[in-house]
Amino acid sequence: MNAESITATLPTTPAGPARLRWLVSDAAVLARRQFAHIRQIPEKLFDVTLQPLMFVLLFSFVFGNVIHVPGGGDYKEYLIGGILVQTLAFGMMGPGISMATDLGEGIIDRFRSLPMSRPAFLLGHLTAEFSASVLAVAIMVLTGLVVGWGISSPPLEALAGFGLLFLLAISMIWLGTLVGVIVRTPDAVQGIAFVAIFPLTFVANTFVPVSGLPDGLRQFAEYNPVSAWAAGVRTLFGNPTAIPDGSAWPLEHSVLASVLWCGVVLAVTVPLTLRAYRRRTTG
Amino acid sequence: MNSNLPTDASVAASGLGKRYGDHWALRDFDLEVPTGSVLGLLGHNGAGKTTAIRILTTLAAPTEGSATVAGFDVAGEPGEVRQRIGLTSQAATVDGLLSGAANLEMIGRLYHLPAKVARARAAELLAELRLEDADDRLVRDYSGGMRRRLDLAASLVASPPVLFLDEPTTGLDPESRNELWDLLRQLVGGGTTLILTTQYLEEADRLADDVVLLDHGRGAATGSPTELKARHGGERVVVTVTVDSELPAAATALERVAAGAPEVDAEELLVTAPASESTRLIEVVRALEEAGVDAHDVRRREATLDDVFFSLTGPRAGATAQPAKAKDDDPEEVTA
Repeated sequence: MNAESITATLPTTPAGPARLRWLVSDAAVLARRQFAHIRQIPEKLFDVTLQPLMFVLLFSFVFGNVIHVPGGGDYKEYLIGGILVQTLAFGMMGPGISMATDLGEGIIDRFRSLPMSRPAFLLGHLTAEFSASVLAVAIMVLTGLVVGWGISSPPLEALAGFGLLFLLAISMIWLGTLVGVIVRTPDAVQGIAFVAIFPLTFVANTFVPVSGLPDGLRQFAEYNPVSAWAAGVRTLFGNPTAIPDGSAWPLEHSVLASVLWCGVVLAVTVPLTLRAYRRRTTG
Repeated sequence: MNSNLPTDASVAASGLGKRYGDHWALRDFDLEVPTGSVLGLLGHNGAGKTTAIRILTTLAAPTEGSATVAGFDVAGEPGEVRQRIGLTSQAATVDGLLSGAANLEMIGRLYHLPAKVARARAAELLAELRLEDADDRLVRDYSGGMRRRLDLAASLVASPPVLFLDEPTTGLDPESRNELWDLLRQLVGGGTTLILTTQYLEEADRLADDVVLLDHGRGAATGSPTELKARHGGERVVVTVTVDSELPAAATALERVAAGAPEVDAEELLVTAPASESTRLIEVVRALEEAGVDAHDVRRREATLDDVFFSLTGPRAGATAQPAKAKDDDPEEVTA
């Protein structure tokens, strides 16, 4: 094959629906690139594989016999919903780090000088990160089933439970991407994630019911979106929620509140990310 | 596809300017590069070389002026421009966590080559750039010279008619530099239009048909390397003194025997002046002795880019005080 034959095989820029085909195929090429990275650095997946596995095992066996769920129910049944939400919340770190890394290196210039579809880079990134979240959910659900957790809701509700988990995953991926586009180094993403997400996922009903928390912390926990998400997931999977009557509105209406919180996160992060990304990659 | 027609691979710019905040990284920049020729953009860090490349490759939008690449406006039809260019920027523009072959294949796919063609093209380029033994090694384990060659291969995947190379040899050892120069000369033999930036006069000399000298964002001179050197370069005679109080006397003495006005560098205790063929070192030494100057060292050397700059832009303040503009020639981009 010589240079001329290569030039001859180059397709011209398409118009209309063919554009969409380029977007999809280019995004697939770029998502595959991120999967190849994981093959080189498997540690990249620790936060969505080993860490949730460890949390499920540690919490269910160390605290399982000590913590009693008010209103009845097994602690393991209660725990998994919390760990699912916590892991997905920390799931903002991966997309943040990979975005910050790519934007900080010359490779983004290479991509931008190619005749590929413009939004493909972001779409490929989101696709790869979402696949990681799906893997994390699968690992936690399977581990949960092994330690004695189960889904006791009707199939449609259970399906809605998974729907909520994936909506949360997408919201957190956008949040992480926003952080990754704004900060200068991948390390900064880790710092921000730790400082912001760690307290949010602990001052909540993630591991213990909020009713036992001291005043002040309790109110914070009641209106913390993490509590709404965990309660929403528990409700949809038919697990014990430990929410007494007369609790705060987001806990009483946890499914609705969960979806609303995801909507808020997406409504803020999507436009901000697109704007910051455009600013960072032009000029 | 239109392979029988003569391909327009020319590059032109007129009145191009780029402002970052209130700093003009590039201003009033004109360019005329005929199809198949090699242009060297010569200048120090921060002179605007990278900015010019970024605009011409559609990575940055010009604040003013316009430019066309292969007949397409960079601002109006960036997609068409991207179909026809290859770019190797200063920073690594390949993926360190992929193998050399995987990098080239991915880029081929992003040019929308069929998978088979992309794979074959990757293998072909790796062989051409003598990287076939390292094709399945991760790029982060490549040496500086290998990484540069892969970067070059990456910009050749689609055999673009116009190629942009931003400081292709900065940070390379002389051997790798020579190798890369040979490669580039082969390429140009194939009719590719090449625009490269460099800080080295020698590099422009070896490769470029024409040179545009950039200084603080403006074109300071244009011409073939030979013309430029004849006009502004040539050999220099350099005198080093032991104390700075002797600098004026040394300058006066040098002025009598050298071919042009001397330039004094008080920090380095140097006096430099243009030398002609008839300038003899022994005469310089005699003149210095007559003036009672205790010269520490007297020698001749080739003109450097600094010398050409000095004769074009006056005192070489630019050589020490560079405006460090993040967007242009970022120091962290100089990787080997």
